[in-house]
Amino acid sequence: MGRRDLAFGFFFCNGRKGGTSPPFSIFGYDTSFSSMTLELFIQYLFAGITYGSIYAIVAIGFNIIYNTTGIINFAQGEFVMLGGMISISLLSFMPLPLAIILAVAVTMAIGALIEIVFIRWLKEPSVLRLVIITIGISMLIREAALYLWGEGVRSLPYFTGNAITAMSVLGARISPQVLWVVCTCGLMVLALTFFFRVTPAGREMRACAANRKAAILCGINTRNMVTLSFMLSAGIGALAGCMMSPITYTQYDTGTGLAIKGFTVAILGGLGNSGGAVAAGLLLGIIEAFSVSVVPLAFQDVIAIAILLIILFVRPNGLFSPGEAAGSRTF
Amino acid sequence: MKRTLSLFLLMTAVVAVHLLCRWTGSLFYLTPITMSAYYSLLIIGLCVVMGYAGQISLGHAGFFAIGGYLSAALTTRNLAGFQDALPVRLLDAAGLLVAGKNVYGAAQLVVTPWAACVAAVLAAALIALLIGIPVLKLKGHYLAMATLGFGIIVSKIAMAVPYFGEADGISEVPPFRLLPGLSVAGGSAHRVANYYIAWTLVLVGVLLLQNLIHSRVGRALRAIHGSERAADSIGVDTARYKLNIFVLSAVFAAIAGVFLTHYNGAIGPSEAGVMKSVRYVAIVAVGGMAHIWGALIMGTILNFLSLRGVFGTYDDAVFGAILVLIMLFSPDGILRMGIVDRLRRIVTRRRGGD
Repeated sequence: MGRRDLAFGFFFCNGRKGGTSPPFSIFGYDTSFSSMTLELFIQYLFAGITYGSIYAIVAIGFNIIYNTTGIINFAQGEFVMLGGMISISLLSFMPLPLAIILAVAVTMAIGALIEIVFIRWLKEPSVLRLVIITIGISMLIREAALYLWGEGVRSLPYFTGNAITAMSVLGARISPQVLWVVCTCGLMVLALTFFFRVTPAGREMRACAANRKAAILCGINTRNMVTLSFMLSAGIGALAGCMMSPITYTQYDTGTGLAIKGFTVAILGGLGNSGGAVAAGLLLGIIEAFSVSVVPLAFQDVIAIAILLIILFVRPNGLFSPGEAAGSRTF
Repeated sequence: MKRTLSLFLLMTAVVAVHLLCRWTGSLFYLTPITMSAYYSLLIIGLCVVMGYAGQISLGHAGFFAIGGYLSAALTTRNLAGFQDALPVRLLDAAGLLVAGKNVYGAAQLVVTPWAACVAAVLAAALIALLIGIPVLKLKGHYLAMATLGFGIIVSKIAMAVPYFGEADGISEVPPFRLLPGLSVAGGSAHRVANYYIAWTLVLVGVLLLQNLIHSRVGRALRAIHGSERAADSIGVDTARYKLNIFVLSAVFAAIAGVFLTHYNGAIGPSEAGVMKSVRYVAIVAVGGMAHIWGALIMGTILNFLSLRGVFGTYDDAVFGAILVLIMLFSPDGILRMGIVDRLRRIVTRRRGGD
């Protein structure tokens, strides 16, 4: 996680004027919100929105698979890592847009492959079994990435300009990459909404989520829908991974942290509820970004996880949906 | 009867391995076996939580780390600077502190290993209790994620707090003197004694858990595994049983952590890592979930191989692969793939023929 901290540092370096004192602070100095200027506030806000939209995408990835299968795919974060890593590798052979498209396609294929090889043929597997299988898969992908790409930190180049290009927004300085991330994530959400509401495949997936038996009776091939859901969530994860790579860098083990945060967001927004995931993602991202001004950076991840635990204990069905409680679901 | 026989077999196996190593002049094998024994202690505790009570825990490395880290920190962190503070004076008055000199020759005041051990295990039990009350109300994915989150928090704290040595961990942990002339410490002089200390602990652990499983508590736990609602409806206090067994397994993990830390003389943040927790779950799964002996055997063998570096740099990958393969093809564990049953059938057929 040290890399991400570094990335956060870089991210804020853009906005610093004259480099007097770092805007994030360790216990001891400059910890009060009262000393926060408007520009610093906006700086944090944008950082929060950037990370938040990535978390939202990971959470939507969880939701897509959960809705069609009832499985929480613990390897969700690995799709994001794979997207970033594959695009970085492909970049030496082709231009950036093509590399990203191909990386997303490859990751989708990997997602489909995982479903076909590990999940499709199991007969009524128990939740415990599926949890353990997806954890094992995430471990294998991570180790494979370690061998393919090494321990080093890699990143895509900035899509527009370079690391110090910045736009001024109300005194704060924002990297154009932030806009890339936020816009892509927004477009992805819109595209997914369109897909699920309008296209036949999307409708079939929704039918499959609503009632699997009824969907089978209607002649929908639910197995293919499950494969499709894995492809789809791998694809959006990979695209998010490409978008965030210039800011946060990609390392073989970035997946775990993202998965747990994405899950936090999915729970926070209500499992299966993608609109809630967007709101919850932004909320978590912003809380995290502002938390650096109160607690040491090293504890930033702890905050997200503590939120996850509190939400699980207090409102396991999420902030926005009044569905059934986690405790009473029969997995 | 069968239970006593198995324990006797275990004791015989332990002694036999020692004698075999001595006979072949390869006593150095006892060191990794001792370490595996401590990991196995944790694993059999986890086995009861997962296999019998049916609750997944992806945070047991956290309890191991709480035990190990607290014990290491208390027995190494110098309190000489706080000599006048009330808590330190109270500890001193109770005879729980030892004065000495550190490697640089400066005066040093640390907590005795016994007191540190008790404190560490109690802390782990308390944390397990506090975490367990809300966590064990959850099910399925939620439980897995919540325990995973707990594990990550512990590892982040170990990595971020200077008191716990950050990325370096804590080294130079002093030996833990159990009895005069018998201490938990590394080094070849203590090797054989420690081998038996570890296995005695495991033996006591197995005995305890076996009696637990074959008692009222064990039946209640299996009822919970079968169907929590059904267990509730026939009057089993499911919440309490789950909590008790969770705390017990955390205590097992913490004791393993304390002893292994003193044995190694050091602990690092990798012991608290999520990968470790997943590895323990993998071993329980390979052993056959509700199968203490399976967990013990697999825990010892796999940890031994891993510690000997047989898997090389593919260590984590091997455990991941084992996890996936076992769960795909034989969710009841490798020892229950029908081999044992088939053998038993052959044996009984022969007996019938006689």
